[in-house]
Amino acid sequence: MSCIEQFLPGKRVVTAATNTSVTSTPENIDDAPAIAVENLCKKYRSHWAVDEVNFIVPKGWTVGLLGGNGAGKTTTIAMILGLVVPTVGRAMVLGTDMAKDRHKVLSRMNFESPYVALPGRLTVRENLTVFGRLYGVPNLKARIEELIEDFGLGDVLDRLTGRLSAGQKTRVAVAKALINEPDVLLLDEPTASLDPDRAEWVRSRLQAYQKRRGATILLSSHNMTEVEQLCDFVVIMSRGRIIAMGRPLELTERFQCKDLDEVFIHLARVA
Amino acid sequence: MVASWFETREDALLTMRVELTPNGWVDDMIDSLNRIAAMTARYYYILRSSWLRLLEIIYWPAMQMLVWGFLYTYLYNSKSTMADTAALLLGAVLLWDVLFRGQLGFTFTFLEEIWSRNLANLMMSPLKPAELAASLMLMSLIRLLIGTIPVTLLTLVLFGFNIYALGPGLILMFINLVLTSWAIGLVIAGLVIRQGLGAESLAFSVMIILLPLCCVYYPLEALPAWLQPVAWSLAPTYVFEGMRATLLDGVFRADLLIEGFSLNLLYLALGFTAFIFLMDSARHRGGLLTMGE
Repeated sequence: MSCIEQFLPGKRVVTAATNTSVTSTPENIDDAPAIAVENLCKKYRSHWAVDEVNFIVPKGWTVGLLGGNGAGKTTTIAMILGLVVPTVGRAMVLGTDMAKDRHKVLSRMNFESPYVALPGRLTVRENLTVFGRLYGVPNLKARIEELIEDFGLGDVLDRLTGRLSAGQKTRVAVAKALINEPDVLLLDEPTASLDPDRAEWVRSRLQAYQKRRGATILLSSHNMTEVEQLCDFVVIMSRGRIIAMGRPLELTERFQCKDLDEVFIHLARVA
Repeated sequence: MVASWFETREDALLTMRVELTPNGWVDDMIDSLNRIAAMTARYYYILRSSWLRLLEIIYWPAMQMLVWGFLYTYLYNSKSTMADTAALLLGAVLLWDVLFRGQLGFTFTFLEEIWSRNLANLMMSPLKPAELAASLMLMSLIRLLIGTIPVTLLTLVLFGFNIYALGPGLILMFINLVLTSWAIGLVIAGLVIRQGLGAESLAFSVMIILLPLCCVYYPLEALPAWLQPVAWSLAPTYVFEGMRATLLDGVFRADLLIEGFSLNLLYLALGFTAFIFLMDSARHRGGLLTMGE
Protein backbone atom coordinates (compact mmCIF):
# COMPACT_ATOMS: atom_id res chain seq x y z
CA MET A 1 0.00 0.00 0.00
CA SER A 2 1.41 3.37 -0.97
CA CYS A 3 1.50 6.25 1.46
CA ILE A 4 -1.33 7.92 -0.43
CA GLU A 5 -3.50 4.87 0.14
CA GLN A 6 -2.63 5.03 3.81
CA PHE A 7 -3.89 8.59 3.92
CA LEU A 8 -7.42 7.63 3.05
CA PRO A 9 -8.14 4.36 4.83
CA GLY A 10 -11.25 2.61 3.63
CA LYS A 11 -11.33 4.50 0.34
CA ARG A 12 -10.25 2.86 -2.83
CA VAL A 13 -7.34 4.91 -3.99
CA VAL A 14 -4.97 3.19 -6.31
CA THR A 15 -1.81 4.65 -7.71
CA ALA A 16 -1.84 5.91 -11.24
CA ALA A 17 0.61 3.22 -12.27
CA THR A 18 -2.39 0.90 -12.42
CA ASN A 19 -4.47 3.60 -14.07
CA THR A 20 -7.48 3.42 -11.83
CA SER A 21 -8.98 6.38 -10.18
CA VAL A 22 -9.89 7.95 -6.90
CA THR A 23 -13.41 6.65 -6.50
CA SER A 24 -14.59 8.45 -3.42
CA THR A 25 -14.67 12.16 -2.78
CA PRO A 26 -15.55 13.07 0.79
CA GLU A 27 -18.64 15.22 1.24
CA ASN A 28 -17.19 17.34 3.99
CA ILE A 29 -14.69 19.88 2.72
CA ASP A 30 -12.53 19.45 5.81
CA ASP A 31 -12.21 15.74 5.15
CA ALA A 32 -11.22 16.22 1.55
CA PRO A 33 -7.62 15.89 0.44
CA ALA A 34 -6.11 19.21 -0.53
CA ILE A 35 -5.91 18.18 -4.17
CA ALA A 36 -7.61 15.25 -5.88
CA VAL A 37 -7.04 14.72 -9.57
CA GLU A 38 -9.45 12.17 -10.96
CA ASN A 39 -9.10 10.60 -14.40
CA LEU A 40 -7.91 13.93 -15.69
CA CYS A 41 -7.60 14.28 -19.47
CA LYS A 42 -7.05 17.25 -21.74
CA LYS A 43 -7.21 17.03 -25.49
CA TYR A 44 -6.00 19.82 -27.77
CA ARG A 45 -7.29 19.03 -31.25
CA SER A 46 -6.02 15.49 -31.83
CA HIS A 47 -3.33 15.56 -29.14
CA TRP A 48 -3.89 14.36 -25.59
CA ALA A 49 -1.77 16.73 -23.48
CA VAL A 50 -2.91 15.00 -20.29
CA ASP A 51 -4.20 11.46 -20.39
CA GLU A 52 -5.95 9.73 -17.48
CA VAL A 53 -3.99 11.29 -14.67
CA ASN A 54 -4.96 10.36 -11.12
CA PHE A 55 -3.36 11.41 -7.88
CA ILE A 56 -4.26 12.99 -4.60
CA VAL A 57 -2.30 15.34 -2.40
CA PRO A 58 -3.15 15.03 1.29
CA LYS A 59 -3.36 18.20 3.32
CA GLY A 60 -0.01 19.38 4.59
CA TRP A 61 2.03 17.43 2.05
CA THR A 62 4.49 18.69 -0.48
CA VAL A 63 4.22 16.77 -3.73
CA GLY A 64 6.53 17.14 -6.70
CA LEU A 65 5.21 16.93 -10.23
CA LEU A 66 8.09 15.91 -12.47
CA GLY A 67 8.49 15.33 -16.15
CA GLY A 68 10.34 16.48 -19.23
CA ASN A 69 9.18 19.24 -21.53
CA GLY A 70 5.72 18.48 -22.90
CA ALA A 71 5.02 15.91 -20.19
CA GLY A 72 1.75 17.65 -19.29
CA LYS A 73 2.78 19.17 -15.95
CA THR A 74 1.79 22.74 -16.75
CA THR A 75 -1.54 21.68 -18.25
CA THR A 76 -2.22 19.57 -15.16
CA ILE A 77 -1.41 22.52 -12.88
CA ALA A 78 -3.56 24.82 -15.04
CA MET A 79 -6.49 22.40 -14.64
CA ILE A 80 -5.93 22.28 -10.89
CA LEU A 81 -6.06 26.09 -10.88
CA GLY A 82 -9.23 26.06 -12.98
CA LEU A 83 -7.55 28.00 -15.79
CA VAL A 84 -8.06 25.11 -18.16
CA VAL A 85 -11.20 22.98 -18.27
CA PRO A 86 -10.51 19.23 -18.51
CA THR A 87 -11.82 17.31 -21.51
CA VAL A 88 -12.56 14.39 -19.21
CA GLY A 89 -12.25 13.94 -15.45
CA ARG A 90 -11.91 16.58 -12.80
CA ALA A 91 -9.47 18.39 -10.56
CA MET A 92 -10.70 18.96 -7.01
CA VAL A 93 -9.10 21.40 -4.61
CA LEU A 94 -10.27 21.39 -0.99
CA GLY A 95 -13.32 19.46 -2.12
CA THR A 96 -14.24 21.89 -4.90
CA ASP A 97 -14.43 21.02 -8.58
CA MET A 98 -12.15 23.61 -10.14
CA ALA A 99 -13.82 23.53 -13.54
CA LYS A 100 -17.16 24.50 -12.00
CA ASP A 101 -16.76 26.31 -8.69
CA ARG A 102 -13.17 27.51 -8.54
CA HIS A 103 -14.11 30.89 -7.02
CA LYS A 104 -15.13 29.12 -3.81
CA VAL A 105 -11.53 28.22 -3.03
CA LEU A 106 -9.30 30.57 -5.02
CA SER A 107 -8.81 32.85 -2.03
CA ARG A 108 -7.24 29.86 -0.20
CA MET A 109 -4.84 29.08 -3.05
CA ASN A 110 -1.99 30.77 -4.80
CA PHE A 111 0.43 30.12 -7.63
CA GLU A 112 3.91 31.12 -8.64
CA SER A 113 5.73 30.59 -11.89
CA PRO A 114 8.61 32.49 -13.47
CA TYR A 115 6.64 32.18 -16.71
CA VAL A 116 3.71 34.22 -15.44
CA ALA A 117 4.86 37.78 -14.85
CA LEU A 118 3.74 40.34 -12.34
CA PRO A 119 2.88 43.74 -13.82
CA GLY A 120 6.24 45.29 -14.64
CA ARG A 121 5.07 48.89 -14.49
CA LEU A 122 4.00 48.61 -10.87
CA THR A 123 6.44 48.84 -8.01
CA VAL A 124 6.92 45.83 -5.76
CA ARG A 125 4.89 47.52 -3.02
CA GLU A 126 2.06 48.32 -5.45
CA ASN A 127 1.98 44.75 -6.75
CA LEU A 128 1.83 43.30 -3.26
CA THR A 129 -0.89 45.80 -2.33
CA VAL A 130 -3.02 45.00 -5.37
CA PHE A 131 -2.74 41.23 -5.00
CA GLY A 132 -3.21 41.43 -1.24
CA ARG A 133 -6.46 43.26 -1.81
CA LEU A 134 -7.57 40.88 -4.55
CA TYR A 135 -7.08 37.99 -2.13
CA GLY A 136 -8.87 39.89 0.65
CA VAL A 137 -5.89 39.77 3.01
CA PRO A 138 -6.77 41.28 6.39
CA ASN A 139 -4.22 43.69 7.93
CA LEU A 140 -2.56 43.96 4.57
CA LYS A 141 0.07 46.50 5.56
CA ALA A 142 1.31 44.26 8.37
CA ARG A 143 1.34 41.24 6.05
CA ILE A 144 3.34 43.13 3.44
CA GLU A 145 5.83 44.18 6.13
CA GLU A 146 6.21 40.51 7.14
CA LEU A 147 6.90 39.50 3.56
CA ILE A 148 9.37 42.35 3.09
CA GLU A 149 11.29 41.06 6.07
CA ASP A 150 11.01 37.37 5.15
CA PHE A 151 12.10 37.86 1.56
CA GLY A 152 14.51 40.74 2.01
CA LEU A 153 12.51 43.00 -0.28
CA GLY A 154 13.23 46.25 1.55
CA ASP A 155 15.75 47.46 -1.01
CA VAL A 156 13.49 46.85 -4.02
CA LEU A 157 10.15 47.77 -2.54
CA ASP A 158 9.71 51.03 -4.42
CA ARG A 159 11.35 49.91 -7.64
CA LEU A 160 9.38 48.96 -10.74
CA THR A 161 8.94 45.18 -10.81
CA GLY A 162 9.82 45.06 -14.50
CA ARG A 163 13.25 46.53 -13.82
CA LEU A 164 14.30 43.92 -11.26
CA SER A 165 16.76 41.13 -11.96
CA ALA A 166 15.36 37.65 -12.63
CA GLY A 167 16.28 36.58 -9.10
CA GLN A 168 14.61 39.59 -7.52
CA LYS A 169 11.50 39.03 -9.63
CA THR A 170 11.31 35.45 -8.40
CA ARG A 171 11.54 36.58 -4.78
CA VAL A 172 8.73 39.08 -5.37
CA ALA A 173 6.64 36.44 -7.16
CA VAL A 174 7.07 33.99 -4.28
CA ALA A 175 6.17 36.76 -1.82
CA LYS A 176 3.03 37.43 -3.87
CA ALA A 177 2.24 33.71 -3.84
CA LEU A 178 2.37 33.71 -0.04
CA ILE A 179 0.54 36.98 0.53
CA ASN A 180 -2.77 35.34 1.39
CA GLU A 181 -1.08 32.57 3.41
CA PRO A 182 -2.59 29.97 1.09
CA ASP A 183 -3.67 26.52 2.23
CA VAL A 184 -2.78 25.19 -1.20
CA LEU A 185 0.24 26.53 -3.03
CA LEU A 186 1.11 25.60 -6.60
CA LEU A 187 4.63 26.30 -7.75
CA ASP A 188 5.88 25.92 -11.30
CA GLU A 189 9.69 25.71 -11.24
CA PRO A 190 9.90 28.27 -8.42
CA THR A 191 13.68 28.53 -8.41
CA ALA A 192 14.29 28.21 -12.16
CA SER A 193 15.99 31.59 -12.54
CA LEU A 194 17.86 31.73 -9.24
CA ASP A 195 21.51 31.07 -8.47
CA PRO A 196 22.09 28.06 -6.18
CA ASP A 197 22.48 30.21 -3.08
CA ARG A 198 19.26 32.18 -3.66
CA ALA A 199 17.45 29.02 -4.72
CA GLU A 200 18.40 27.38 -1.44
CA TRP A 201 17.27 30.47 0.42
CA VAL A 202 13.85 30.46 -1.31
CA ARG A 203 13.47 26.71 -0.63
CA SER A 204 14.15 27.29 3.05
CA ARG A 205 11.48 30.01 3.11
CA LEU A 206 8.97 27.72 1.43
CA GLN A 207 9.78 24.93 3.86
CA ALA A 208 9.41 27.27 6.81
CA TYR A 209 6.06 28.50 5.48
CA GLN A 210 4.84 24.96 4.86
CA LYS A 211 5.75 23.90 8.39
CA ARG A 212 4.28 26.99 10.02
CA ARG A 213 0.95 26.87 8.18
CA GLY A 214 0.68 23.17 7.45
CA ALA A 215 0.10 24.20 3.85
CA THR A 216 -0.12 21.83 0.92
CA ILE A 217 2.35 22.39 -1.89
CA LEU A 218 2.28 20.99 -5.41
CA LEU A 219 5.58 21.72 -7.03
CA SER A 220 6.69 21.29 -10.60
CA SER A 221 10.45 21.29 -11.04
CA HIS A 222 13.34 20.03 -13.09
CA ASN A 223 15.67 20.42 -10.15
CA MET A 224 15.86 16.97 -8.52
CA THR A 225 17.84 18.20 -5.52
CA GLU A 226 15.03 20.64 -4.86
CA VAL A 227 12.43 17.91 -5.20
CA GLU A 228 14.33 15.57 -2.86
CA GLN A 229 14.71 18.36 -0.34
CA LEU A 230 11.12 19.65 -0.40
CA CYS A 231 8.83 16.84 -1.46
CA ASP A 232 7.18 14.08 0.57
CA PHE A 233 5.94 12.43 -2.57
CA VAL A 234 6.73 12.56 -6.26
CA VAL A 235 4.57 12.10 -9.36
CA ILE A 236 6.50 11.60 -12.60
CA MET A 237 4.78 12.29 -15.91
CA SER A 238 5.68 11.61 -19.49
CA ARG A 239 3.64 12.36 -22.60
CA GLY A 240 0.62 13.30 -20.56
CA ARG A 241 0.56 10.17 -18.41
CA ILE A 242 1.85 9.29 -14.98
CA ILE A 243 4.65 6.78 -15.33
CA ALA A 244 5.70 6.53 -11.69
CA MET A 245 4.87 7.87 -8.27
CA GLY A 246 6.09 7.37 -4.74
CA ARG A 247 8.29 8.82 -2.06
CA PRO A 248 11.67 9.97 -3.42
CA LEU A 249 13.47 7.22 -1.52
CA GLU A 250 10.96 4.58 -2.64
CA LEU A 251 11.51 5.57 -6.26
CA THR A 252 15.29 5.40 -6.06
CA GLU A 253 15.02 1.94 -4.48
CA ARG A 254 12.39 0.71 -6.90
CA PHE A 255 14.40 1.70 -9.95
CA GLN A 256 17.74 0.88 -8.33
CA CYS A 257 19.14 4.34 -8.91
CA LYS A 258 21.39 6.35 -6.63
CA ASP A 259 19.23 9.47 -6.68
CA LEU A 260 16.10 11.02 -8.18
CA ASP A 261 18.11 12.51 -11.02
CA GLU A 262 18.97 9.03 -12.21
CA VAL A 263 15.37 7.88 -11.78
CA PHE A 264 14.20 10.78 -13.90
CA ILE A 265 16.73 10.08 -16.66
CA HIS A 266 16.00 6.35 -16.56
CA LEU A 267 12.24 6.88 -16.84
CA ALA A 268 12.61 9.53 -19.52
CA ARG A 269 14.60 7.11 -21.67
CA VAL A 270 12.27 4.18 -21.03
CA ALA A 271 9.19 6.30 -21.72
CA MET B 1 4.64 69.24 2.64
CA VAL B 2 1.60 69.40 0.37
CA ALA B 3 2.91 66.42 -1.59
CA SER B 4 3.45 64.50 1.61
CA TRP B 5 -0.09 65.29 2.78
CA PHE B 6 -1.47 64.14 -0.56
CA GLU B 7 0.60 60.92 -0.52
CA THR B 8 -0.68 60.07 2.95
CA ARG B 9 -4.31 60.66 1.98
CA GLU B 10 -3.83 58.84 -1.30
CA ASP B 11 -2.26 55.87 0.43
CA ALA B 12 -5.12 55.73 2.90
CA LEU B 13 -7.65 55.88 0.08
CA LEU B 14 -6.03 53.14 -1.95
CA THR B 15 -5.54 50.75 0.91
CA MET B 16 -8.97 51.45 2.34
CA ARG B 17 -11.16 48.38 2.70
CA VAL B 18 -14.82 48.28 3.41
CA GLU B 19 -14.80 46.83 6.90
CA LEU B 20 -18.41 45.99 7.68
CA THR B 21 -19.15 42.51 8.94
CA PRO B 22 -22.55 41.43 7.72
CA ASN B 23 -23.32 37.95 6.40
CA GLY B 24 -24.24 36.25 3.18
CA TRP B 25 -24.65 38.13 -0.04
CA VAL B 26 -23.81 41.48 1.54
CA ASP B 27 -20.49 40.00 2.61
CA ASP B 28 -19.92 38.73 -0.93
CA MET B 29 -20.80 42.10 -2.36
CA ILE B 30 -18.35 43.87 -0.07
CA ASP B 31 -15.62 41.42 -1.10
CA SER B 32 -16.52 42.10 -4.72
CA LEU B 33 -16.31 45.87 -4.23
CA ASN B 34 -12.94 45.48 -2.55
CA ARG B 35 -11.62 43.48 -5.50
CA ILE B 36 -12.96 46.05 -7.98
CA ALA B 37 -11.26 48.76 -5.90
CA ALA B 38 -8.02 46.73 -5.96
CA MET B 39 -8.13 46.53 -9.75
CA THR B 40 -8.94 50.22 -10.05
CA ALA B 41 -5.95 50.96 -7.81
CA ARG B 42 -3.82 48.77 -10.07
CA TYR B 43 -4.84 50.81 -13.15
CA TYR B 44 -4.39 54.06 -11.26
CA TYR B 45 -0.83 52.99 -10.37
CA ILE B 46 -0.12 52.45 -14.08
CA LEU B 47 -1.50 55.85 -15.00
CA ARG B 48 0.46 57.71 -12.35
CA SER B 49 3.66 55.83 -13.17
CA SER B 50 4.03 57.77 -16.42
CA TRP B 51 3.05 61.36 -17.13
CA LEU B 52 3.32 60.51 -20.83
CA ARG B 53 0.47 58.04 -20.48
CA LEU B 54 -1.62 60.65 -18.75
CA LEU B 55 -0.77 63.19 -21.43
CA GLU B 56 -1.69 60.72 -24.15
CA ILE B 57 -5.25 60.49 -22.81
CA ILE B 58 -5.68 64.23 -23.36
CA TYR B 59 -3.42 64.60 -26.40
CA TRP B 60 -5.47 62.85 -29.10
CA PRO B 61 -8.86 64.38 -28.23
CA ALA B 62 -7.20 67.79 -27.94
CA MET B 63 -5.53 67.52 -31.35
CA GLN B 64 -8.73 66.34 -32.96
CA MET B 65 -10.62 69.16 -31.34
CA LEU B 66 -8.14 71.74 -32.61
CA VAL B 67 -8.56 70.57 -36.22
CA TRP B 68 -12.35 70.52 -36.07
CA GLY B 69 -12.45 73.67 -33.98
CA PHE B 70 -10.61 75.66 -36.65
CA LEU B 71 -12.96 74.28 -39.30
CA TYR B 72 -15.89 75.29 -37.08
CA THR B 73 -14.48 78.82 -36.81
CA TYR B 74 -13.96 79.02 -40.56
CA LEU B 75 -17.49 77.84 -41.36
CA TYR B 76 -19.03 79.98 -38.64
CA ASN B 77 -17.37 83.10 -40.02
CA SER B 78 -18.00 82.28 -43.67
CA LYS B 79 -21.58 83.55 -43.43
CA SER B 80 -22.62 80.79 -45.81
CA THR B 81 -25.36 78.26 -45.24
CA MET B 82 -22.66 76.02 -43.87
CA ALA B 83 -22.43 78.25 -40.82
CA ASP B 84 -25.50 76.57 -39.34
CA THR B 85 -23.93 73.17 -39.52
CA ALA B 86 -20.67 74.23 -37.91
CA ALA B 87 -21.97 73.76 -34.37
CA LEU B 88 -23.44 70.39 -35.33
CA LEU B 89 -20.07 69.32 -36.59
CA LEU B 90 -18.25 70.25 -33.43
CA GLY B 91 -20.91 68.72 -31.18
CA ALA B 92 -20.74 65.52 -33.22
CA VAL B 93 -16.95 65.40 -32.91
CA LEU B 94 -17.11 65.79 -29.15
CA LEU B 95 -19.76 63.11 -28.72
CA TRP B 96 -18.08 60.74 -31.16
CA ASP B 97 -14.94 61.10 -29.09
CA VAL B 98 -16.87 60.00 -26.00
CA LEU B 99 -17.91 56.84 -27.82
CA PHE B 100 -14.50 56.15 -29.37
CA ARG B 101 -12.36 57.02 -26.34
CA GLY B 102 -14.72 55.18 -24.00
CA GLN B 103 -14.16 51.97 -25.93
CA LEU B 104 -10.42 52.60 -26.30
CA GLY B 105 -10.13 53.28 -22.55
CA PHE B 106 -11.90 50.02 -21.75
CA THR B 107 -9.96 47.92 -24.26
CA PHE B 108 -6.52 49.46 -23.62
CA THR B 109 -6.89 49.02 -19.90
CA PHE B 110 -7.67 45.37 -20.53
CA LEU B 111 -4.82 44.99 -23.01
CA GLU B 112 -2.43 46.17 -20.28
CA GLU B 113 -3.08 42.81 -18.59
CA ILE B 114 -2.24 40.94 -21.76
CA TRP B 115 0.87 42.97 -22.58
CA SER B 116 2.20 42.55 -19.04
CA ARG B 117 1.34 38.80 -19.09
CA ASN B 118 -0.64 39.31 -15.92
CA LEU B 119 -3.98 37.87 -17.02
CA ALA B 120 -3.19 34.41 -15.64
CA ASN B 121 -2.36 35.92 -12.24
CA LEU B 122 -5.74 37.63 -12.22
CA MET B 123 -7.66 34.62 -13.46
CA MET B 124 -6.24 32.41 -10.69
CA SER B 125 -6.99 35.04 -8.05
CA PRO B 126 -10.47 35.37 -6.51
CA LEU B 127 -11.27 38.13 -9.03
CA LYS B 128 -14.44 37.22 -10.93
CA PRO B 129 -14.98 38.07 -14.61
CA ALA B 130 -17.81 40.45 -13.69
CA GLU B 131 -15.50 42.27 -11.27
CA LEU B 132 -12.80 42.54 -13.93
CA ALA B 133 -15.40 43.96 -16.31
CA ALA B 134 -16.63 46.41 -13.67
CA SER B 135 -13.12 47.67 -12.97
CA LEU B 136 -12.49 48.11 -16.70
CA MET B 137 -15.71 50.11 -16.98
CA LEU B 138 -14.75 52.28 -14.05
CA MET B 139 -11.32 52.92 -15.51
CA SER B 140 -12.77 53.65 -18.93
CA LEU B 141 -14.98 56.28 -17.30
CA ILE B 142 -12.06 57.82 -15.40
CA ARG B 143 -9.91 57.98 -18.54
CA LEU B 144 -12.82 59.44 -20.46
CA LEU B 145 -13.38 62.19 -17.91
CA ILE B 146 -9.65 62.98 -17.81
CA GLY B 147 -9.64 63.23 -21.61
CA THR B 148 -12.93 64.96 -22.40
CA ILE B 149 -13.48 67.52 -19.65
CA PRO B 150 -10.32 69.54 -20.44
CA VAL B 151 -11.08 69.28 -24.16
CA THR B 152 -14.65 70.57 -23.81
CA LEU B 153 -13.33 73.47 -21.75
CA LEU B 154 -10.65 74.09 -24.36
CA THR B 155 -13.33 74.18 -27.05
CA LEU B 156 -15.29 76.71 -25.03
CA VAL B 157 -12.26 78.95 -24.46
CA LEU B 158 -10.70 78.72 -27.92
CA PHE B 159 -13.72 78.49 -30.18
CA GLY B 160 -16.62 79.70 -28.05
CA PHE B 161 -18.48 76.43 -28.54
CA ASN B 162 -20.27 75.31 -25.40
CA ILE B 163 -21.22 71.64 -25.49
CA TYR B 164 -22.78 72.08 -22.05
CA ALA B 165 -25.47 74.16 -23.76
CA LEU B 166 -27.05 70.81 -24.56
CA GLY B 167 -28.17 70.94 -20.93
CA PRO B 168 -29.09 67.92 -18.79
CA GLY B 169 -29.67 65.99 -22.01
CA LEU B 170 -25.90 65.96 -22.45
CA ILE B 171 -25.59 63.71 -19.41
CA LEU B 172 -28.05 61.25 -20.93
CA MET B 173 -26.20 61.36 -24.24
CA PHE B 174 -22.91 60.80 -22.43
CA ILE B 175 -24.30 57.83 -20.48
CA ASN B 176 -25.73 56.30 -23.65
CA LEU B 177 -22.46 56.58 -25.54
CA VAL B 178 -20.43 55.25 -22.62
CA LEU B 179 -22.72 52.22 -22.31
CA THR B 180 -22.29 51.46 -26.02
CA SER B 181 -18.51 51.81 -25.70
CA TRP B 182 -18.48 49.35 -22.77
CA ALA B 183 -20.62 46.81 -24.62
CA ILE B 184 -18.24 46.89 -27.58
CA GLY B 185 -15.21 46.87 -25.25
CA LEU B 186 -16.52 43.72 -23.55
CA VAL B 187 -16.83 41.89 -26.86
CA ILE B 188 -13.34 42.96 -27.98
CA ALA B 189 -11.80 41.95 -24.63
CA GLY B 190 -13.55 38.58 -24.91
CA LEU B 191 -12.23 38.10 -28.43
CA VAL B 192 -8.68 38.93 -27.32
CA ILE B 193 -8.99 36.38 -24.50
CA ARG B 194 -10.33 33.80 -26.94
CA GLN B 195 -8.13 34.49 -29.96
CA GLY B 196 -5.02 35.96 -28.35
CA LEU B 197 -3.15 39.10 -29.32
CA GLY B 198 -4.04 38.57 -32.98
CA ALA B 199 -7.37 40.17 -32.12
CA GLU B 200 -5.92 43.30 -30.54
CA SER B 201 -6.22 45.31 -33.76
CA LEU B 202 -9.99 45.13 -33.22
CA ALA B 203 -9.48 47.65 -30.43
CA PHE B 204 -8.78 50.30 -33.06
CA SER B 205 -10.90 49.12 -35.96
CA VAL B 206 -14.29 47.96 -34.70
CA MET B 207 -15.59 51.36 -33.73
CA ILE B 208 -14.82 52.78 -37.18
CA ILE B 209 -17.54 50.52 -38.62
CA LEU B 210 -20.04 52.47 -36.56
CA LEU B 211 -18.88 55.86 -37.82
CA PRO B 212 -20.78 55.80 -41.14
CA LEU B 213 -23.69 53.77 -39.79
CA CYS B 214 -24.67 55.68 -36.68
CA CYS B 215 -24.95 59.01 -38.51
CA VAL B 216 -22.42 60.99 -36.52
CA TYR B 217 -21.95 63.88 -38.94
CA TYR B 218 -25.16 63.74 -41.01
CA PRO B 219 -28.85 63.09 -40.38
CA LEU B 220 -30.30 59.64 -40.75
CA GLU B 221 -32.10 60.64 -43.95
CA ALA B 222 -28.72 60.91 -45.65
CA LEU B 223 -28.44 57.13 -45.59
CA PRO B 224 -30.05 54.99 -48.31
CA ALA B 225 -33.44 53.65 -47.27
CA TRP B 226 -32.22 50.06 -46.98
CA LEU B 227 -29.48 51.13 -44.53
CA GLN B 228 -31.71 53.18 -42.26
CA PRO B 229 -33.10 50.22 -40.27
CA VAL B 230 -29.51 49.16 -39.62
CA ALA B 231 -28.75 52.65 -38.32
CA TRP B 232 -31.82 52.56 -36.06
CA SER B 233 -30.57 49.30 -34.57
CA LEU B 234 -27.50 51.13 -33.31
CA ALA B 235 -27.88 52.98 -30.01
CA PRO B 236 -25.48 55.85 -30.88
CA THR B 237 -27.74 56.82 -33.81
CA TYR B 238 -30.39 57.90 -31.30
CA VAL B 239 -27.85 60.05 -29.47
CA PHE B 240 -26.62 61.84 -32.59
CA GLU B 241 -30.17 62.36 -33.86
CA GLY B 242 -31.04 63.71 -30.40
CA MET B 243 -28.07 66.05 -30.49
CA ARG B 244 -29.11 67.45 -33.87
CA ALA B 245 -32.66 67.96 -32.65
CA THR B 246 -31.37 69.95 -29.67
CA LEU B 247 -28.81 72.05 -31.52
CA LEU B 248 -30.84 72.71 -34.69
CA ASP B 249 -34.42 72.90 -33.45
CA GLY B 250 -33.90 73.51 -29.74
CA VAL B 251 -35.99 70.41 -28.99
CA PHE B 252 -34.92 67.90 -26.37
CA ARG B 253 -35.88 64.47 -27.69
CA ALA B 254 -36.12 62.40 -24.51
CA ASP B 255 -37.87 59.66 -26.48
CA LEU B 256 -34.79 59.12 -28.63
CA LEU B 257 -32.48 58.93 -25.65
CA ILE B 258 -34.75 56.50 -23.81
CA GLU B 259 -34.93 54.27 -26.87
CA GLY B 260 -31.15 54.43 -27.17
CA PHE B 261 -30.81 53.63 -23.49
CA SER B 262 -33.05 50.56 -23.83
CA LEU B 263 -30.96 49.37 -26.74
CA ASN B 264 -27.81 49.97 -24.72
CA LEU B 265 -29.06 47.81 -21.86
CA LEU B 266 -29.59 45.05 -24.39
CA TYR B 267 -26.12 45.64 -25.87
CA LEU B 268 -24.52 45.56 -22.46
CA ALA B 269 -26.24 42.30 -21.58
CA LEU B 270 -25.15 40.80 -24.90
CA GLY B 271 -21.62 42.18 -24.50
CA PHE B 272 -21.26 40.71 -21.03
CA THR B 273 -22.67 37.37 -22.15
CA ALA B 274 -20.17 37.31 -25.03
CA PHE B 275 -17.33 38.22 -22.64
CA ILE B 276 -18.20 35.34 -20.29
CA PHE B 277 -18.76 32.92 -23.17
CA LEU B 278 -15.45 33.79 -24.83
CA MET B 279 -13.56 33.58 -21.53
CA ASP B 280 -15.09 30.19 -20.86
CA SER B 281 -14.16 29.12 -24.36
CA ALA B 282 -10.55 30.23 -23.69
CA ARG B 283 -10.55 28.06 -20.56
CA HIS B 284 -11.52 25.11 -22.72
CA ARG B 285 -8.85 25.92 -25.29
CA GLY B 286 -6.20 26.37 -22.63
CA GLY B 287 -4.99 29.80 -23.67
CA LEU B 288 -5.23 31.70 -20.39
CA LEU B 289 -1.95 30.53 -18.86
CA THR B 290 0.21 31.60 -21.78
CA MET B 291 -1.78 34.68 -22.78
CA GLY B 292 0.52 37.48 -23.95
CA GLU B 293 3.46 35.27 -24.83
